[in-house]
Parts: sequence; C-alpha cells; structure tokens
Amino acid sequence: MSTATLEQPAPVTATDTILSLNNIEVIYDHVVLVLKGVSLTVPRKGIVAILGANGAGKTTTLKAISNLLKAERGEVTKGSIVFDGERVDRMSPNELVRRGCIQVMEGRHCFGHLSIEENLLTGAFTRRDGNAAIKRDLEKIYELFPRLKQRRNSQAGYTSGGEQQMCAVGRAMMSKPKMILLDEPSMGLAPQIVEEIFEIVRRLNAEDGVSFLVAEQNTNMALRYATYGYIMETGRVVMDGEAQMLRENEDVKEFYLGVAEGNKKSFREVKSYKRRKRWLS
Amino acid sequence: MPISEWRTDDHRIQEPECKGEERMSDVAAQPAPSLLANGWIRTGLITAAVIAAIAIGARIDPSGTIHKVFVDPFQQMVEAPDLLAQTVWEGLVSGVLYALIALGFVLIFKASGVFNFAQGIMVVFAALTLVGLHEKGVPAFLAVILTLGVMFVLAATIERVVLRPLVNQPDIILFMATFGITYFLIGFGESVFGGNPKQMITSELYLPKGAIDAKILGGLVSFQKIDIAAAVIASLMIAALAVFFQYTRIGRALRAVADSHKAALSVGISLNQIWVIVWFTAGIVALITGIMWGARSDVSFALEIVALKALPVLILGGFTSIPGAIVGGLIIGIGEKLGEFYWGPLIGGGIESWLAYFIALGFLLFRPQGLFGDKIIERI
Ligand SMILES: Nc1ncnc2c1ncn2[C@@H]1O[C@H](COP(=O)(O)OP(=O)(O)OP(=O)(O)O)[C@@H](O)[C@H]1O
Ligand SMILES: [Mg+2]
Repeated sequence: MSTATLEQPAPVTATDTILSLNNIEVIYDHVVLVLKGVSLTVPRKGIVAILGANGAGKTTTLKAISNLLKAERGEVTKGSIVFDGERVDRMSPNELVRRGCIQVMEGRHCFGHLSIEENLLTGAFTRRDGNAAIKRDLEKIYELFPRLKQRRNSQAGYTSGGEQQMCAVGRAMMSKPKMILLDEPSMGLAPQIVEEIFEIVRRLNAEDGVSFLVAEQNTNMALRYATYGYIMETGRVVMDGEAQMLRENEDVKEFYLGVAEGNKKSFREVKSYKRRKRWLS
Repeated sequence: MPISEWRTDDHRIQEPECKGEERMSDVAAQPAPSLLANGWIRTGLITAAVIAAIAIGARIDPSGTIHKVFVDPFQQMVEAPDLLAQTVWEGLVSGVLYALIALGFVLIFKASGVFNFAQGIMVVFAALTLVGLHEKGVPAFLAVILTLGVMFVLAATIERVVLRPLVNQPDIILFMATFGITYFLIGFGESVFGGNPKQMITSELYLPKGAIDAKILGGLVSFQKIDIAAAVIASLMIAALAVFFQYTRIGRALRAVADSHKAALSVGISLNQIWVIVWFTAGIVALITGIMWGARSDVSFALEIVALKALPVLILGGFTSIPGAIVGGLIIGIGEKLGEFYWGPLIGGGIESWLAYFIALGFLLFRPQGLFGDKIIERI
C-alpha cells in the first residue's frame, strides 16, 4: 500500500499558485515609497481582485508584476515575485509576455492610429507559432467580441470606450496568456458594458483557463466575479479573504460597497475599522 | 428623445476620462476656435492682401523694383517654359534627396522620440564608408553589403550606448546625445577614411551616366540619367517602406511604438529591438541618399550643409509625418532652385543656401505644426 502512494504523481498544490508576491516594496523616483510590503497570491485559473480607493497602490502592484514600473521610474526594492514557478522581478515586459503574463493597462491604451484588427495583431508580437495560429485566434477574439469584428477596420482612436476596453482585452488575449493583469476595466464605462466585460473575463477564465488579477474600484462588480479579494490602502494590504466573505463583511460594506446598515458615518464604526486594519497589517 | 436612443450612447458620454493625459495635451494644443486662428485661412488672407498690394505697386511703377521682383520672373517663366521645366526638374531631384534625409529623421523621431541631429551626418558617413571601403580594395557590391553591416552595428551601438541608458531622461538630453553621435561620426569617418573629398563609385554600382535631352515645350530639356535613377530609386524605396510599415509584423510594431510607447511595452513589444530596427532603417535610407547625392557631387563632410536642409524640410512637413517629409522635401528643393534661377540674379545669386530656411521661418509663423502635422485623433 505504501508503495502505491509513493508512485502517485506529485501533489498538485505546488503548481496551484500561478502568481505570488512576497512582501514587495516599490519606490518611485528613488524616494517615493508607494508599496510598503505587499503580499498576495493568485491560484492557477483563479480570478482575484485587488480593491481599494484612489492612490491605494493597485496600479503600482500590477505594474510591479508586469515590470512596466521601470518606464515610470519605479523600482521593486524588496521582496520577490514568482510567476509560474519562476522569479520574475527583474524580467522585462517582453520576457514576461513571452512567459504568459500580460497587463491590460488602466485607461486601455489602444493604439489610436491603428485599426482595431491591427491592434489585436500587435498583441501577437511575441508569438512564434505562425500566422495560421494567429489567424485562428483572431477569429476566436471576434467570436468573443462580435462588436470588434464589426469595427475591425476602424481606427481604434475613433471607437467607443467600451470597444476600446474590449480591444485591449482582446489584444492581450492574442498573446496567448496564462494570466492577465487587468487594471480597472470598468473605468469610465456604463454599467451594462462593465458587466459585459466581466462576463467575458469569466468566460476566458472558464474556457481558456486564463487566470486574472483584477484591480478595481468597482468593488461590487469585482467581488461578484472574483473568488478572492485583497483590499489595499496606502500601499498595504489591509484585508483579504474569499469574495463571499468580503461581500458580507461590515467594514467592506461600509467603506467600499456603500451599503452599511444604520448610521454610515458613525465614529465608532470608523474606529473599529481602523483597529481592524492595524491588526491586519 | 426616447430613452432607447439615450442608451446606445451612454457609454460614450463618459469617454473623455479614459484618454487621460494624452487627451489633455491634445486639447491644450488646439488653437482657439476663431476664423483667424485657422492657419490656412489666415495665410490665405495675408497672401491675398500681399498680392493685391504688389499688383497695384507694379502697375504704378512698371520699371521699378516691385516689377522686377514680382512680375518679371513670372513673365520669364511663361515665355521660356523649357527653362522653367529644367529648373523644376533639378529642384525636384534635390527635393527627393532632401525628402529622403527628412524621412530618416521622421522614422527615428516617431519611433524613439529622439530629435536626431545626426541624421544628415549619417548620410555622409554611409557614403564615405562605402567609397572608403572600395578605395581600400573591396569590390563595389561587397562594399555596399559591408556598409549596411556598419550601419547595423552603428544602430545597435547607439541603442545600447545612448538610447537605453538615457531612455527616461528629458528629451533635450537625448538631443544633446545626438550631437555627440554627430561629432563622433565625423571624427571616426575622417580618421578611418581620410578627410579629402572622394568620388562616388557610380559606374561600379551600375548607375547610369550621361543625359537624355528631350525636346519639349519648344526647347531642349536635359535630364541627367543619374537624376532619373535617383528619383526612381527614391520612389521605390518610399513605396517599399510604406509596404513594410503597413503589412509586416515588425512594421505594425513600429507604428504601435510610434503611437504609444507605454502600450507597446505592455503588449510585449521590445522597445530596444524596435529602436535598433528603426535606426538601421534610417541607416539604409541614409546610405541610399548618400550614394545618390555623392553621385551628383563629391563625397565629403561638406555634404553636411546639404544634410542640414532636412531641418527646413521638417519644419515644412511636420516632424512626425512621412508624407510631410516627402512633400516638404519637394517644395524646398523646387522652391530653392526657382528662387536661385529667377530671383538670384537680382541680389547677385547665392539664394540657394539660405532660401530654404527663409521659407521654413515664414512657415513657422503661420503653421508651426507643419503642413501635415500629426493627425490628432479626437472623438466627439
Ligand atoms: N510615476 C509615479 N511617480 C511617483 N509617484 C507615483 C507614480 N505613480 C503613482 N504614484 C503614487 O503612488 C500611489 C499609488 O498610485 P497607484 O496608481 O498605484 O494607485 P491606484 O490604487 O491604482 O489608484 P487609482 O484607483 O486612482 O488608479 C499614489 O499615491 C501615487 O501618487
Ligand atoms: Mg490605478
């Protein structure tokens, strides 16, 4: 019996995590300390949300992972980032995209002068598997976002915000990622468009097994689709837990969902939150 | 309005937020929406006024300066159309070469955001390397290939030594760095190949010699074969570049980088690789320009003066527009030949060397973004 157990394949738990951040610190311009020790993990094929108010450090966290920080004179000065079993904290975005980790930036950043189709094709820049495969994936993206197919020849700069967000997600998908870092997909979009985009996230996650780390201010929406959430404040994770738990947590409700019971701005509740926050960090 | 009509639009209403800083600066760059603020209308009005004043002036005093400057040259043009055609053709050919120099400049400016002062010197350096290698006994076509190799090494070196370390520095520092490149290339070129003027290896490269005399417009117009070749090769190269940019993976990536460095970085386009490619492309353009130019005069660093003509061309065409570089080059080339031929004698000649800057200066006053200044996308 004991031999039988030994011959079992290695337990899956080791590869269960696709991304882990270990106590990272980020400094901008050599002086501005923005992340003060952030740790988080994303399970393989999971959807994890980072929540928090303006300036909490969500974008900085995502950029630290994708290493787009360097272009903004930011630097990871402490801690480690492991993606898919490999240290990636010194890797260029190009190498990271090759390994399957790509960011969709806040504010979409489509190439305004390129057509939608050209935008999607730039996403395949790092691929080496031939034009036929790229063509096939392009069709898949069009199937996912029929709206992009209609507008394939329009200059991206002239398309609507929702179409640009779809274009940015589609473009990222064209790199065949294992994981997408999605920064505020809801920014400036009408609720039904936001919902549409999160539905696509769910589909990509379920059908293609893409893991997502989503930074959002729209806590409500993010917690409906994510399985786990981290709440950040001034460069620290102040709370984390299953999405279900966060949705029902009184402090989260009050501060991020805006649905607290009773007197919202009561001093005591604020204090309890602060105590809790200190304890958690 | 029915609600349903609202709904289709409501995601657009919030759009302006999403473009962030880019949008803000676009707005700031827009002139106030007044009729006179529109560069074209204002230029048109001023031109009309000037022409009216001149016409009246020339009427009043048929033998005076105004007549000599503003009426007589045009009469000459009409009376001897063959001479006009000859002058325009010569202007066209030098214009094509100016356009090529400006084109290399625009490529680099768009893709790496660097105002490359060294572009003109790269033309001379490429030509000098080619001729110098041939002088040292390398067969002509091998010399071309070796020169391309040198231009590639130059591109890779500039990327590694200049661009990469300075990438997040202010633009002015990169601009200063290109001064460094300029003087390095001059010094290096002279020490390796010597400073004396050289002959371009025209016949070894099978470039045609001689002229075709055409009987048109009631006279003889002479077309140098090398000029025809220059025009044809330049057009082919521009067409090839257009195809490269439009339809290839790398070309698309180049345009993506020109559009937004940040976004290009985020999809995994390697800026370092793109910079090498773009500087190398500019190097190839420089070599071809250098061959054509060298065939019309000597190859020496005196060509630098010619290379500096790229600046007025760029002011005219806009720093970010490839069609602008081409049209600007042609306008400057033709403009200065016409100026030299018809107006030069009035002030004792020598107009050609400064007229281009003069035209550019006038242009700066009326249309600082150039003829084809970057098309700014703005959603309404
Ligand atoms: N390039 C930079 N240089 C210096 N400080 C920066 C830079 N970028 C961001 N910061 C600072 O880092 C902090 C965190 O910013 P970050 O963009 O990560 O917040 P965020 O949580 O994404 O906020 P938002 O919800 O507004 O997008 C802010 O205080 C911001 O001022
Ligand atoms: Mg952000």
